[in-house]
Amino acid sequence: MTTTANAAALALGDDALVLSHRLGEWAGHAPVLEEDVALANIALDLLGQARVLLSLVGDEDELAYLREERAFRNLQLVEQPNGDFAHTIARQLYFSVWQRLLYGQLASAEGALTGIAAKAVKEVEYHQDHAEQWTLRLGDGTTESHQRMQRAVDALWRFTGELFQPVEGLDIDWQALEAAWLTSLTATLERATLTVPVGPRAGGWAAGAGRQGLHTESFGRMLAEMQHLHRSHPGASW
Amino acid sequence: MSSSTDWPMWEVFVRSRRGLSHTHAGSLHAPDAEMALRNARDLYTRRNEGVSLWVVPSTAITASSPDEKDPFFESAADKPYRHPTFYEIPDGVKHL
Repeated sequence: MTTTANAAALALGDDALVLSHRLGEWAGHAPVLEEDVALANIALDLLGQARVLLSLVGDEDELAYLREERAFRNLQLVEQPNGDFAHTIARQLYFSVWQRLLYGQLASAEGALTGIAAKAVKEVEYHQDHAEQWTLRLGDGTTESHQRMQRAVDALWRFTGELFQPVEGLDIDWQALEAAWLTSLTATLERATLTVPVGPRAGGWAAGAGRQGLHTESFGRMLAEMQHLHRSHPGASW
Repeated sequence: MSSSTDWPMWEVFVRSRRGLSHTHAGSLHAPDAEMALRNARDLYTRRNEGVSLWVVPSTAITASSPDEKDPFFESAADKPYRHPTFYEIPDGVKHL
């Protein structure tokens, strides 16, 4: 692995690891038992992706459990707290549409991540379907669910510009990716009777420096919980 | 987790591989048929248990009553000629 290929695997691996942990936080708390299992399934898919990607870079456990906050290269979008169910679905929608498009391109190009992307893209297609189905039902559901879903897509919008910042080591046409993402997303939101948010997604007031190691406030607390067992009992296993 | 839901109940049938018939696997709650299918995928096929799924509204099933157990089922046992026990099964036959 070259240094740039390492950087790409680290960025994508951290995305998958952090989102997996966030989704895992729903275990035992989801609105219904069926959804509890659905979210845990998606979390486990992402954890599997994270393990393969981080193993390309180094020791997966050391990378997951012994790095400090500033060393993580994940998008700020995936570290955002679960919020209500609509927030979690909006985060899933933004991320899974992006991930499917990106991994689809990686799978069809020759590169260090081709095999991993080809396997993962099938999982991600299901994640996107799950998020879209829920977006449709919440957006076009009751007045309450519509308001909450709109609030969620609005609140997370400013984190979506970062999705299209070039990642070192990935040879991708980011502008084309962004256009495809917007098309897909707009279609889903309109079907769900929701309004596509209009706020800034890039520039001065938009969020997004996760790839440079800058993270939002709640990420530190998430990491503390994720890492404390390994740090308290180094080398623990079962 | 909320203990009650207004969602209807669905019965799930899984075909474990091609050539076999769908078998009842269990039930679940879902707001509509499309979500029931997805929940069934997550609940009943996540360890490669199946290649095809059916979901059926539980209300669409008419079940036999325990009270009618005798008239429904008792009479079959004492008619051995209804059982194919007088034939040898060739070695090559599976799923019989």
